[in-house]
Amino acid sequence: MNYSVFLQLHDELSLLVVMVILLTFDISVSIRRGRYIQPLAIVLLTIHTLLNAFPRDAFEVAGGMYQYFPMHTYVKTILNIGTIIVFLQANKWLNNKDSMIRRGEFYFITLSTLFGLYIMLSAGHFLLFFIGIEMASIPMATLVAFNKYQHKSAEAGAKFILSTVFASGISLYGISMIYGTTGTLYFDDLLPLIVGGPMQIMSFVFFAVGLFFKISLVPFHLWTPDVYEGAPTPVTAYLSVVSKGAAAFVLFTLFTRVFGNLIDEWQSILYGLIIISITLANVFAIRQQNIKRFMAFSSISQAGYLMLGVISASTTGMSSLVYYVLVYLFSNLAIFGVITIIENNTGKVAIKDYNGLYQTNPKLSAIMMFALFSLAGIPPFAGFFSKFFIFAAAAEQGFYVLVFIALLNTIISLYYYLLIVKAMFLRKSDEPIERITSDIPARISLVICLLAIVFAGLLSAVYQQIAAYSFI
Amino acid sequence: MGAIFDNFGSGVIPLEGYIFISLIMFFTGIYGFLSRKSLLMILISIEMILNSADINFAAFNRYLYPDQMEGFFFALFTIAISACETAVAIAIVINIYRNLNNVEVDSLQELQEPESTETKTEI
Repeated sequence: MNYSVFLQLHDELSLLVVMVILLTFDISVSIRRGRYIQPLAIVLLTIHTLLNAFPRDAFEVAGGMYQYFPMHTYVKTILNIGTIIVFLQANKWLNNKDSMIRRGEFYFITLSTLFGLYIMLSAGHFLLFFIGIEMASIPMATLVAFNKYQHKSAEAGAKFILSTVFASGISLYGISMIYGTTGTLYFDDLLPLIVGGPMQIMSFVFFAVGLFFKISLVPFHLWTPDVYEGAPTPVTAYLSVVSKGAAAFVLFTLFTRVFGNLIDEWQSILYGLIIISITLANVFAIRQQNIKRFMAFSSISQAGYLMLGVISASTTGMSSLVYYVLVYLFSNLAIFGVITIIENNTGKVAIKDYNGLYQTNPKLSAIMMFALFSLAGIPPFAGFFSKFFIFAAAAEQGFYVLVFIALLNTIISLYYYLLIVKAMFLRKSDEPIERITSDIPARISLVICLLAIVFAGLLSAVYQQIAAYSFI
Repeated sequence: MGAIFDNFGSGVIPLEGYIFISLIMFFTGIYGFLSRKSLLMILISIEMILNSADINFAAFNRYLYPDQMEGFFFALFTIAISACETAVAIAIVINIYRNLNNVEVDSLQELQEPESTETKTEI
């Protein structure tokens, strides 16, 4: 076998180089010098992103085990941007007394989950796919339990790893049944062989559970609020954006490429899941008092909107899905950035603590407001355009009732997003959060997010670039 | 199921026999995951689920597709992955033990849904 084919995997190799450099740096320098690891990680990851930002021609390695499509470059770039922003926001939290000695590990483990997501995205065989999904979720559990002296974090870690491995165990059983009925696990060979016998439909349902769990659609969402509340805030941000975005894209490619012949079955499954996810998550979000828990339910309902792109199963669906992930990433990371800054400086995470925030921290509240408007889909912001495209993609395939229900739910979501805006701007508080001076990296991240929220929708080139490489 | 009884005593184990065992293991694992109170027992239940899939892979490969090795390799990789997963899960369980001095599921109750909706009535 000729090993030089592996040199074609530019994305994975350069990420691996970044990881090795960071690990070596972390091991070799003293704790005091360790504070330079954050700028180093950000600079290296930015270089890595820029080097790999340009799509190449499609190719495959190892007989179709690893498949590259130009679209993967965009998805991986989006994931990289998300990771860079999380790194910018994590600095202050990592430099506190408890986690200072372990701060190098955070960057290394985060990048190894990113590496797992890369593998998962580009897999062309169920073995590589399974390795990728496990590589992404096992280190994630250690990140969730990173604050090891806090009970909440440890509890969230236990809940996360137990339920994630349970889901992937069921998924694995589904893969074994797929293997039993077809005799192969290559995606390209499977497409004509999966024709919809009872065992194949059963295996599809088993398999899909693992992915639905990862993007936390409603019957599989019960881990989400607990883990989001207990995990350190930057990790929650990473979990809600990067890991979920990658899983949604993979869901699209797998459903259309491997289970393409079962399209009637999975469209009706998704139809039900979308309606329950969006509605139930919206109703539950209204009664939350903790802002991280609130964002968990908001992200469950956003996952429902993402699935509108999948159910359309067209090239428009894919481009609108990727665009939605991009916009959702910036809006959500802006909100989590503000939450992180406030939590680091005051330790407050309840929604009622945000009363009167505008009096003391006008800039933070303005950014939070813009990001919430973008999540709700109010016109000048990018969130409106992403929602518009994803509704258009679903309506194109004739899902008018579904789009109508989703639209109604947008109004409900506007109500609870505005509750936070109301708390910040209109409510008065006897003891509001004092004036906060945030650290420079976090400020940079907020500015990036704000610019993206405003301009990603108005610059049509962004969507056109993504649409140019959509495939099915 | 029929094939199991037809071949009974002949020294040949049919494919159905393996699938039957793996199904029993799978659902035992699910039942254990839902009903056990100790984190370690839950972990063992999860291992049973993963191993039942391994049995499936090996049996399907041996009986239906004997000219290739895909299923055996998948089973090998799964064993390695489940070992990693157990290592991480046990580390987290030990951390919980250090914080709480027990590993019962009932002690993990700090994170849960808020009980009442009173605070929202002032809107």
